[in-house]
Amino acid sequence: MQSPLPFFPEQASSIAGNVDALFAFVVLTCVFFIVLVVALSAFASFRYSRKSEREVGDTVAGNLVLEIGWTLIPLMIAIVIFAWGAAIYVNFRTAPKDTLDIYAIGKQWMWKLQQPNGRKEINELHVPVGRDVRLIMGSEDVIHDFFVPAFRVKMDVVPGRYNTLWFRATKPGKYRFFCSQYCGTNHALMGGWVTVQDPAEYAAWLSGESGTVDPVSAGEKLFSQLACNTCHLGNGLGRAPSLNGVYGGKVLLADGSTVTADDNYIRESILQPNAKIVAGYQPVMPTFQGLVTEEQIVDLTAYIKSLQSQPPPAKGAGVVPVTTGKK
Amino acid sequence: MDEHSKAPGLQLPEKSYLNETTGIRSWLLTVDHKRIALLYLVSVTFFFFIGGFFAMMIRLHLLTPSGYMLSPDTYNRMFTMHGVTMVFFFLIPSIPAILGNFMIPLMVGAKDLAFPKINLLSWYIYIVGGAFTMYSMISGGLDTGWTFYTPFSTVYSNSAVTPAVIGVFITGFSSILTGLNFLVTIHTMRAPGMTWFRLPLFVWAHYATSIVMILGTPVIAITLGLAAMERVFGLGFFNPALGGDPILFQHLFWFYSHPAVYIMILPAMGVISELIPTFARKKLFGYEFVAAASLAIAVIGFLVWAHHMFLTGQSTYAAIAFSFLTFVVAVPSAIKTFAWVATLFGGSISFDTPMLYAFGFLGLFLVGGLTGLFLGALGLDIHIHDTYFVVAHFHYIMVGGAVMGYLGGLHFWWPKITGRMYPEWMARIAALVLFIGFNLTFFPQFVLGYLGMPRRYHVYPPEFQVYNVMSTAGASILAVGYLAPMIYLTWAAFYGKVAGDNPWPATGLEWKTASPPPTENFHVTPIVTWDAYDFHNRPDLDLDVPHAPALAPAHGDD
Repeated sequence: MQSPLPFFPEQASSIAGNVDALFAFVVLTCVFFIVLVVALSAFASFRYSRKSEREVGDTVAGNLVLEIGWTLIPLMIAIVIFAWGAAIYVNFRTAPKDTLDIYAIGKQWMWKLQQPNGRKEINELHVPVGRDVRLIMGSEDVIHDFFVPAFRVKMDVVPGRYNTLWFRATKPGKYRFFCSQYCGTNHALMGGWVTVQDPAEYAAWLSGESGTVDPVSAGEKLFSQLACNTCHLGNGLGRAPSLNGVYGGKVLLADGSTVTADDNYIRESILQPNAKIVAGYQPVMPTFQGLVTEEQIVDLTAYIKSLQSQPPPAKGAGVVPVTTGKK
Repeated sequence: MDEHSKAPGLQLPEKSYLNETTGIRSWLLTVDHKRIALLYLVSVTFFFFIGGFFAMMIRLHLLTPSGYMLSPDTYNRMFTMHGVTMVFFFLIPSIPAILGNFMIPLMVGAKDLAFPKINLLSWYIYIVGGAFTMYSMISGGLDTGWTFYTPFSTVYSNSAVTPAVIGVFITGFSSILTGLNFLVTIHTMRAPGMTWFRLPLFVWAHYATSIVMILGTPVIAITLGLAAMERVFGLGFFNPALGGDPILFQHLFWFYSHPAVYIMILPAMGVISELIPTFARKKLFGYEFVAAASLAIAVIGFLVWAHHMFLTGQSTYAAIAFSFLTFVVAVPSAIKTFAWVATLFGGSISFDTPMLYAFGFLGLFLVGGLTGLFLGALGLDIHIHDTYFVVAHFHYIMVGGAVMGYLGGLHFWWPKITGRMYPEWMARIAALVLFIGFNLTFFPQFVLGYLGMPRRYHVYPPEFQVYNVMSTAGASILAVGYLAPMIYLTWAAFYGKVAGDNPWPATGLEWKTASPPPTENFHVTPIVTWDAYDFHNRPDLDLDVPHAPALAPAHGDD
């Protein structure tokens, strides 16, 4: 199926073609300069080889035009490569709207992946072909990195924050993924397979497992188990802000700045509640660092996300003095 | 041994720095820069072969995809200790502390470096740092990767991280003191007539290197100090569970460790800038451009560190800025490469071993530098970051570039250091073997990287095996290529043909004194009246200089 000495990995994502095109362009640039330097050196070595023991070379010691030329020409070629590369990168870092969001949690030495409906996988990832998929990735321990060579994408998975990675698979099939940031003993075993399926096949697969718990209801359950609901009252009269309609919007902070309530903000607010205090509230929330796993944070986030559609409390409700808040 | 010399006309000087005083104390307490350079030569060579042993273990282990030889933990220790040893104890000190230490005072016409006792101190600091790191290797090993990324290194690793980090911390001061010594020497101790633009480019390169050593090394010391405190005392700098930021570590680490690449390659470029004019018997083309390029690399090199971190989640704008600066820093290297090639034209080229190394450097550094364009391009880095492409790239720079430069310089100055010639044909064959072995080892790794093989893998998917077998085969050839010079250079130091003061001949001041030089370097302080590599105004070299008819219309003697 494959040549015994392959040079390119399979192309199976929307950006792979452009990455390979830039790669080919830079290869040609390199070949040009290598051939130029080797040919000139070989010619000079032959033409100007020493004829007698006491011979010396000529007295030419520079040429301003040449020197300026070989400063500017490489600079211009470099700028072309830079700009092309930057264009690919900006596209890669800017996820399109309406992505299929899948959570990926890395831990020594496995990947846990969770589909939007809560179906979980270990070291396997199923995605539909032709759909923009965004991985929201966190780590339980050290830095990992999610790398799919056939898609030409990778992104570090850093503890303490979410990094995201988006791609659009273009060809059904099975492709390897790797952990490409060294993470300890079994770093090399921390990989698996991405299965790209037709949308119908994917939908069938997605609903094919019994016992899948919807992350929203799992999150709702946790929300009361951890007693989050005793302060974060929906009506805005609690000791903590209502979470209705918060996700995706702007939040005004005590220091006057605003922050977008995205996954990273919610995660941080659970683990380091005092990092960003909502305007009008006291820093009274305890940290949940060590009390919740990354996967539970994903469920809690899913629940908070689901509150997006709930109407936020009336204006002013959020700044009720904490002492009058109900228990 | 002098009596056995083959060349009847040439005699070793009766008294030189090698035999002026004798006994182990005279070496261990010496303040002579030349003897300190030899102390460095012995210790750096020791670390090179330790690091080389680890490399051989890595390559043998990767012969098969299943990793038949070492356990995962052992393999991880091998590549980590290979990296730490080679970077901090071989590459960084190699050319500056051996060849720079020996040659810079001679090249500027001084009796010694500005601070001879500090020079000795820096060697002892290096040895103490090395001892700590060796202790880490035998007391549990080190498995963090040479990059010590947190929080793996500070929280999760079960290996002897702390002594290794202390060792690297200590060794840094050796580097700072060497850089300081060079800067002060170059500024204040140049012989009469040795103006800045008459300095050999080897000296310019070390001037630029010294700036990086002095400004960069304290940052790695602080960084590793913080990491050690986090590991030992649980202070939260980098561990997110303690409120720290693991990415902060990477910023601090690469703020030094990227410029450190220039500590390794600039001195090698300096060597090549000596070799090519000498063996082409011609002034270097565009001397001022090449000198300025060294300084430009040193300065811009401080502004590109985050190109190691494009995929950490750093801001897109930061990535674009760092990518752009990365392409800018490529330009001075291009200037140098073209200058070396242009020097060949109109020259009188001989193919002695040092020149073969210079050619080898040219080709390998070119590949190494050009493949940096791939990694600096943001869109390509997404795919090849942390793959074998990176491994191949930096070995082309560090081994193909820096080690070729080092060996070229070692052969070039061996007759000056020891007073004796190495065996020419054996050396030429060894250089060729090295070149072939090197390419066979590392070129396949570019392909492996683009195919997607991540680095630091103790096992790998079977489809990657073909290229790994090639690489391991190449490494075996490479090993022979490294052992050979060690053996014949050592032999030549005692039994080689007596070289004479200036066997090539070359134009630098170091060749105006005896081989090996006397302890005080020059009996009479030299006065410089010529430019660097100016073969035409050097009647003392006894070359056939064509006389311009307008200047010398009637000329009797030659």
